[in-house]
Amino acid sequence: MKKLLLAASAAALLAGSWLAPAQAEYLKEHRGGTIRLLARSAAGTLDPHINYTDQGWQMYQPIYDGLVAFRKAEGVEGFSIVPDLAEALPTVSDDGKTFTFKLRKGIKFSNGQDLGVKDVVASFQRIFKISGPTSGTFYAGIVGADKCLADTKSCTLEGGVVADEAAGTITLNLTKPDAEILYKLALPHAVILPADTPAEDMGSKPIPSTGPYMISAFDPNKGMTVSRNPNFKQWSEEAQPDGYPDVVQYDFGLSEEAAVTAIQNGEADWMFDALPSDRLGELGSKSMDQLHISPLSAWWYAPLNTRMAPFDNEKARQAVAYAVDRNTLVKLFGGKVLASPVCQVLPPDFPGHEDYCPFTKNPGAKWSAPDVDKAKQLVEESGTKGQKVTIIVEDTAISRSIGVYLQSVLTNIGYVADVKPISSNLQFTYIQNTNNKVQMSVTQWYKDYPAASDFLNILFSCASYREGSDASINISGFCDKDIDAQMQKALDLGVTDQKAADKLWAAIDKQVTDKAPAVGLFTPKRLDFVSKRIGNFKFNPQFNWIITQSWVQ
Amino acid sequence: MSSQVAAMPRKTRGPWAVAFAKLATDRAAMASLAVFLIIVLACFSAPLYAKWAGTDPFASTLDAVIQIDGADVPVMEQSTEGLGLGYTPIGPTWRLGNYFLGADSQGRDVMARLLYGGLNSLLISGAATIFTLIVGTMAGLIAGYFGGITDTVLSRLLDVLWAFPIYLLAISLSIVTIAQGIAIGPIEIQSGSLWLPIIIIGIVYIPYVARPIRGQVLALRHSEFVFAAINLGVPGWRILWRDILPNITTTLIVFVPLMMALNMLTESALSFLSIGVQPPAASWGTIIQDGQALLYTRPLVALVPGLAIAVSVMALNVFGDGLRDALDPRSKVRLGRD
Repeated sequence: MKKLLLAASAAALLAGSWLAPAQAEYLKEHRGGTIRLLARSAAGTLDPHINYTDQGWQMYQPIYDGLVAFRKAEGVEGFSIVPDLAEALPTVSDDGKTFTFKLRKGIKFSNGQDLGVKDVVASFQRIFKISGPTSGTFYAGIVGADKCLADTKSCTLEGGVVADEAAGTITLNLTKPDAEILYKLALPHAVILPADTPAEDMGSKPIPSTGPYMISAFDPNKGMTVSRNPNFKQWSEEAQPDGYPDVVQYDFGLSEEAAVTAIQNGEADWMFDALPSDRLGELGSKSMDQLHISPLSAWWYAPLNTRMAPFDNEKARQAVAYAVDRNTLVKLFGGKVLASPVCQVLPPDFPGHEDYCPFTKNPGAKWSAPDVDKAKQLVEESGTKGQKVTIIVEDTAISRSIGVYLQSVLTNIGYVADVKPISSNLQFTYIQNTNNKVQMSVTQWYKDYPAASDFLNILFSCASYREGSDASINISGFCDKDIDAQMQKALDLGVTDQKAADKLWAAIDKQVTDKAPAVGLFTPKRLDFVSKRIGNFKFNPQFNWIITQSWVQ
Repeated sequence: MSSQVAAMPRKTRGPWAVAFAKLATDRAAMASLAVFLIIVLACFSAPLYAKWAGTDPFASTLDAVIQIDGADVPVMEQSTEGLGLGYTPIGPTWRLGNYFLGADSQGRDVMARLLYGGLNSLLISGAATIFTLIVGTMAGLIAGYFGGITDTVLSRLLDVLWAFPIYLLAISLSIVTIAQGIAIGPIEIQSGSLWLPIIIIGIVYIPYVARPIRGQVLALRHSEFVFAAINLGVPGWRILWRDILPNITTTLIVFVPLMMALNMLTESALSFLSIGVQPPAASWGTIIQDGQALLYTRPLVALVPGLAIAVSVMALNVFGDGLRDALDPRSKVRLGRD
């Protein structure tokens, strides 16, 4: 792991020095102006330790910093970890459990306070004190985390996060090696905030930041103003480059249709929400140069409850996987430009992904066509024909369409199916709770960070299944002790040999796919529609469009 | 001859005949009734239309291809210009039986769904009206006739129900029951059943009927013929059934079209919010919801069911007004022979 980190660090230095002159020139030419963004609604709390939305995470990128960061770059480079508030990537002990970071000097928060090691310690404690949404998962491996999780108020992480004021270092001790810890530290839930930040959800109150921008105004019903941080001096172009616009104005409340019109008229520069489906044809033909299509590490899938009839029967699950016409689903999502059919769990071009599709006519690497006869045969063999199935979907146009299509498929292969659309705010937690006895649903999973475990281990491990809880992310209730053991082995292997681990994850992906605890539907792509004045559009695979690396003048 | 005629006793018509005659002279009411009956007939012909058109209005048919003037036309047309983004459902062909109003985003025939949707909207609003009238009338009769603690309890219950904004209460009840249905003892209603919106809509409008009925019964309770019946020892239920109920029948009849119009609007609103009729079944509200995502390219998908609701509700309201005038003995509607 040490070698891997050093190599990453050297590559980062090279890339940084290569990029520097170009950015400096562009900054002179294009610096200034206001980028105007639109979204139907705010992303929830402003607190970066709590907010767990794509919209929030994207906006935090030019505002907050962690010890490390995902490189602000396009393509696969955007998945690499670079030092941010730390001078360099950490030195790692031989047992892979101790990470030592040296903090950069001279960095100030937007309120003028100096950044120090005490802020780092306090920020890690705060993750637990506020019961952050990933405190019990991503950061549970830090020494002392178990006590913090048991008693959040008096969390000290004693022995877990140790600061050396004189040396300016922070030592992070883990209970066991974690190959993904740097990814986890690069997420907004681990950004460094001033030590005196209250240990409570700050809601609509902006927290001082270290990045080139700060939140200067926020009204969840109206909008957010992000302006330059007067105390920012660029320390790493690859981790936290200075931005082009002086102000980012994010307005909330406009419908998707109105947002498209505003961008077409040059009254706004970009919209967060998905483009309305009935405008795609028009935009794809008349505004091609304003559209950016980017791949996403995401998965639309239909979890099948493996603990309830009829899908407690493996053949019944496989029957659905055979019967679903992925091309039809792709069509519903807007066509092949915007989505690709899938059978397996791991998205294309993701660590551990190897093309695999057993549930198609001519099984092999890729999905080709549904095999309805095989599906009907499997339903007969499973003895589940005629059973009632309810599909729970989100109350959105696309999710409802998929639900109605799946209902047709299930009816065709011999089930009595119906669809229930539930408010988008409730559906995701509703389908997780076993008390609701959900047989089948339609949902999506977007990666937190680029690791196979973020799909396979989180969605299908025994530990992710919690009876009667709204936070039982293993929606299928799938638990296979053998696969679980292999996942643990892959996690351990990743600490020393990531390539071998990815190979193992590929095998696990195939095994999980074969058992069909969920039906893979398609991999979506992100379609960004920007105004004509937006220049230098860059799409980061981790946090999407890098807003402040585009210019408007 | 003329003196002979004058000497004959004049044949008087009963109150119902008079009311019917009055109604028949109200052109607006009769025209509205005709419009509504045409809509009802059209909606009840939905299965026949779907069979004749050879279409399944509930199944996704995204890959379907139809023939127009001998040419094959896909029901979902992919954009061929530029990036080739998105699919647009076929627009109106104006050919009955062949996607007359075009397709929705699932490639289903909108005309067939419109008729099926109307059938469901009419069934739900009609059944909910019957439910409301039965329960509301019973509550009004009992509260008004027996008075005392019975009246107090029933009236307070109605007040509580009345205190909630109608749509908020309907939405709340729908959200609670939509996923799991209702199971009270031996009575079990499945989550996708049409009985759910019927009962929910029926419940929220009970005070609408019960309160005015109670007021009328209170007045009738102190009338001489009721006192006479009581003094003769006639049992209470018999007085209610034989003496009081007939006297409030006209009010109940007037309630029917008005309640039906209200219920139709409520059903459409709930279905539009995905908490009424559940997909793939249709109601005019769900079709508007489907059409919302097609407003830019295929506005008719949302506009036509909207128009159907507006015309039906207007027809019911105008007919209801005419019915009220006709049944009101103080009405100034003049009959030719009277």
